[in-house]
Amino acid sequence: MMNPAMTNPRVLILGIGNVLWADEGFGVRVIENLLTHYVFPENVEVLDGGTQGIYLVHHIEAADVLIVFDAIDFSLPPGTLHSIYNQDVPKFLSAKKMSLHQTGFQEVLAMAEMLGHYPQHLLLIGVQPVELEDYGGSLRPLVKAQIQPAIALAFDYLQNFGISYTQIEAKMHIELADPALDMQRYEAERPSAQEACRLGDERIIYASNIKIIPPQSNPDAIPVAVDFRGQY
Amino acid sequence: MTAINTPNGFQLDTGGRRVVVDPVTRIEGHMRCEVNLDENNIIRNAVSSGTMWRGLEVILKGRDPRDAWAFVQRICGVCTGTHALTSVRAVEDALKITIPENANSIRNIMQLTLQAQDHLVHFYHLHALDWVNPVNALKANPQATSELQQKISPHNPKASAGYFRDTQNRLKKFVESGQLGPFKNGYWTNPAYLLPPEADLMAVTHYLEALDFQKDIMKIRTIFGGKDPHPNWLVGGVPCAINIDGIGAVGALNMERLNLVSSLIDQSITFIDQVYIPDLLAIASFYKGWLYGGGLSGQNLLSYGDIPDKANDYSAHNLLMPRGAIINGNLSKVHKVNLRDPDEIQEFVPHSWYAYPDAVKGLHPFDGVTEPNFELGAKTKGTKTNIQQLDENAKYSWIKAPRWRGHAMEVGPLARYVIGYAQGNKEITEQLNFVLKTLDVPVTALFSTLGRTAARGLEAQWAAGKMRYFMDKLMTNLKAGDLSTANVTKWDPETWPSHVKGVGFTEAPRGALGHWLVIKDAKIDNYQCVVPTTWNGSPRDEAGNIGAFEAALMNTKVERPEEPVEILRTLHSFDPCLACSTHVMSPDGIELTQVKVR
Repeated sequence: MMNPAMTNPRVLILGIGNVLWADEGFGVRVIENLLTHYVFPENVEVLDGGTQGIYLVHHIEAADVLIVFDAIDFSLPPGTLHSIYNQDVPKFLSAKKMSLHQTGFQEVLAMAEMLGHYPQHLLLIGVQPVELEDYGGSLRPLVKAQIQPAIALAFDYLQNFGISYTQIEAKMHIELADPALDMQRYEAERPSAQEACRLGDERIIYASNIKIIPPQSNPDAIPVAVDFRGQY
Repeated sequence: MTAINTPNGFQLDTGGRRVVVDPVTRIEGHMRCEVNLDENNIIRNAVSSGTMWRGLEVILKGRDPRDAWAFVQRICGVCTGTHALTSVRAVEDALKITIPENANSIRNIMQLTLQAQDHLVHFYHLHALDWVNPVNALKANPQATSELQQKISPHNPKASAGYFRDTQNRLKKFVESGQLGPFKNGYWTNPAYLLPPEADLMAVTHYLEALDFQKDIMKIRTIFGGKDPHPNWLVGGVPCAINIDGIGAVGALNMERLNLVSSLIDQSITFIDQVYIPDLLAIASFYKGWLYGGGLSGQNLLSYGDIPDKANDYSAHNLLMPRGAIINGNLSKVHKVNLRDPDEIQEFVPHSWYAYPDAVKGLHPFDGVTEPNFELGAKTKGTKTNIQQLDENAKYSWIKAPRWRGHAMEVGPLARYVIGYAQGNKEITEQLNFVLKTLDVPVTALFSTLGRTAARGLEAQWAAGKMRYFMDKLMTNLKAGDLSTANVTKWDPETWPSHVKGVGFTEAPRGALGHWLVIKDAKIDNYQCVVPTTWNGSPRDEAGNIGAFEAALMNTKVERPEEPVEILRTLHSFDPCLACSTHVMSPDGIELTQVKVR
C-alpha cells in the first residue's frame, strides 16, 4: 500500500449508506464531518454517495486512490473500526445490497474496471454497526465516536500519497445537499417518540383487534422443489 | 385438483413444483418470487412478495413539511429526484403555493432527464442481460458486427470493425481473468438466449458506451440541482438563481451553464436515436416470438400523468405525459382519474403485513394507516426468520395492495403508452406505429414483457425531445426578462392554515407515484406514499385478484427451472423498485439483521 511514486494522484473520499437508518448513515456522516471541518487540495473529491450505485461510477473512474467509508458487518464487537485494502475491498462489499437496483458496490467497482479505469489504491474503512433498525434515528454513540478515528485512519493513508489537508473553523452551514439532514438538525428536530410513534401507527397500535400469530412450520405444506434463496 | 379462478381472469394452480427466487436481483430493494410449475415447466401460480418494510411514514411524522423532500430523496437509491418532486408538489398542493413558469420548466427538464437516464440505465445495465449473452459475444465476427451496426443505425459513427474488436478483446480479458464482474450469475448456456454473437457483441459494446454516457446526462440534473448525486429541491420553485449576464450571485446559473445543458440535451437525443432505439429494435426482432409476460397490460392500466405544460395546472389536458385508466382492455374508453376521490384509489391489506382498523376494507391514502403486523399463514414453511415457502392464502408481503375502483392495475411506461395510444396522442401513436411496422407485429404484441421494454425505450426518446422543448421554453422566458425561479411568499409557517391536506403526483420512470400528506400545526401529521411498485408488485386482495407481477408471470414456459431467466426477464421489465434496503450483510452473504418483528 505504499506510494509507488505517484505524483498528484486523483483521490476520491466517498461515504456510502443511508442516513435514515441509524448506524447505516456512518459513511455519509464521516463525509459531512470532512466537508465541514477540512479543506483539501483540488485533486481530492469528497463525496456523499448516499445509496447511489451505478450513478457513482464516473466518480470512481476518475480516481487513482479511493477511500470508502461505510457500515459493514465484520462480525466484530459493535462500534469497531476495521480497514480493508485493495483487492480485499470488493469481497467485503459484495454482499451488501444498498445501492442502485442492488447493483452492489462491488458491481460498481467491476463496471469501473470494465470501463478501464479502476483505482490503483483502495481503502475501505468500515464500522461495525450497533443499531440499524431505528428508522429516522441517528448514529449510536459508539459509532458516532468512531467518526474522528475513521478520519484519522484516512489521513494516515493519504500521507502515503503526499496529500495534505487544512483544518478550518467549522463552516456555518453543512455541505450535504439537503440541510434538513445535517446531523444536528436531523437529531434535534426528530419528534419525540410520544409525538411520532417510532414503532408504527399509534392510531391502531394499541387496538385490541391486532394480534400476532406465531409462525408454525407445517409438515403438510408443498415442498420447495427448487430454492434459489441467496444464490443471486 | 388445486386450481382456482381469480376474479381478474387467471387460473391459478398450486400443484406441481414450487420454485423460489429470493432475492430477485438487479432491482432496488428486497423482492421474493415463488411460482408453481406444472409438468411442462409452465408457471401456473405466481406469488410476489416485498420482503422489506419501509418505515418512511413513521420517519416523516412530526417533521417540517418543507423538509420532507430531503428525507424521501434518501429513501431509495434510484427514484431520488422523482420522490423529491412528488413531495414538494404535495406540500404546494396542501398550502396552495404556485410556482413560477421557469421553475416548472426546470423541474420538467430534471424529471425528463431522470426518465431518459433511468430508462437507458435500466435497458443496458439492469435488463439487457436477460436478452443479451456477453459470453456469446466472444464468438462474434467484428467485421460482421460492424456491418450489422451500419445496417441498423446508419448515422452512428462508432461502427468500425476495429471498434468492436477492441471491445471484444476487453471482454475476453475480463472473462479470461475469471471474474465476469457485472456479467456473473448469468445463465450463459441457457437456450432462452436467442441473439446471434454479432448482436450480442454490439449490445455489450453499447452497455459500456451507455455506462459512459449516462454520466453526461446526469450533469443536467446536477447543474439545476446543485449537487451530484443528491440534487436540491425547494417548496415553491427551484433552488437555483439564474443570472444570464454571468455576474451577480455566486452559484447563479449563467449562460455558460445553460448552454452546457442545451448541448447535453442534444447529445441525449442523438444517443437515444442512434444507439438505444436501434438496439431495442434489433434485439426485439430476434425475440418477437417470445410474447409472454402481458399480465394485466391487456386489461387494466393506470397513469396519473406528468409534465405540466404550463405551471400550476395539474389537470389532464395540461399534462404532456398522459393520465387516465383503462379497464378490462377496453381501449375505446379512457377513464378519468382523481387522486382525491376516496372511492378511486384505495389500499388493502388482507395479504400484506399490515394491520387496518377493519381488516378487509380499503383505505384511501389520505386516511392511510401504516401499522406493521408480521404474521404468517398456517401453510407457511419454515420459521419467521427463515421462510422456506410463503402461504399466499394469508399475509405474505410488505407491499400493500392498491386498487383503482377495486381493480388491480399495471402502471409504468407501457401503461402510459397504451393510455396515450387509446387517447389518440399523436406523438405516442406515431412512435408505436413505427415500432409495430418495423417489427411487423400486431398491436396486441405490445401486451407483453417485450412490449413493456419497448415502451420504455420509446418513452426515453419522447422524454429527450421534451427536454429540448422545455429548454427552449425556459430560454425564451429568460430572454424576455422573467428570471423568477421561486415563490417564497408562503414560506413562513405562520401563514399556513392549521390543518390542511395535499396530494402530489409524478410519473416516476417505473410508474405512477403519489404522496398524500396531512399538515397539522405546521408539522406533518400523516404521510402516505403509494409508489409504482406498490401497484405492480401488489399481492392479492380480499377478492383474490392477483397483482401485475404475478399476472405477468402466469403461463410462461421456463426452459430450465434451475435457471429462471424467463422469470427475471419479466420481473425486470417492470423495473421494480422496492425502495431502500437497510440490511447490512456479512462477507459470506448472511444477513446481519432481520426486519424488526413485533
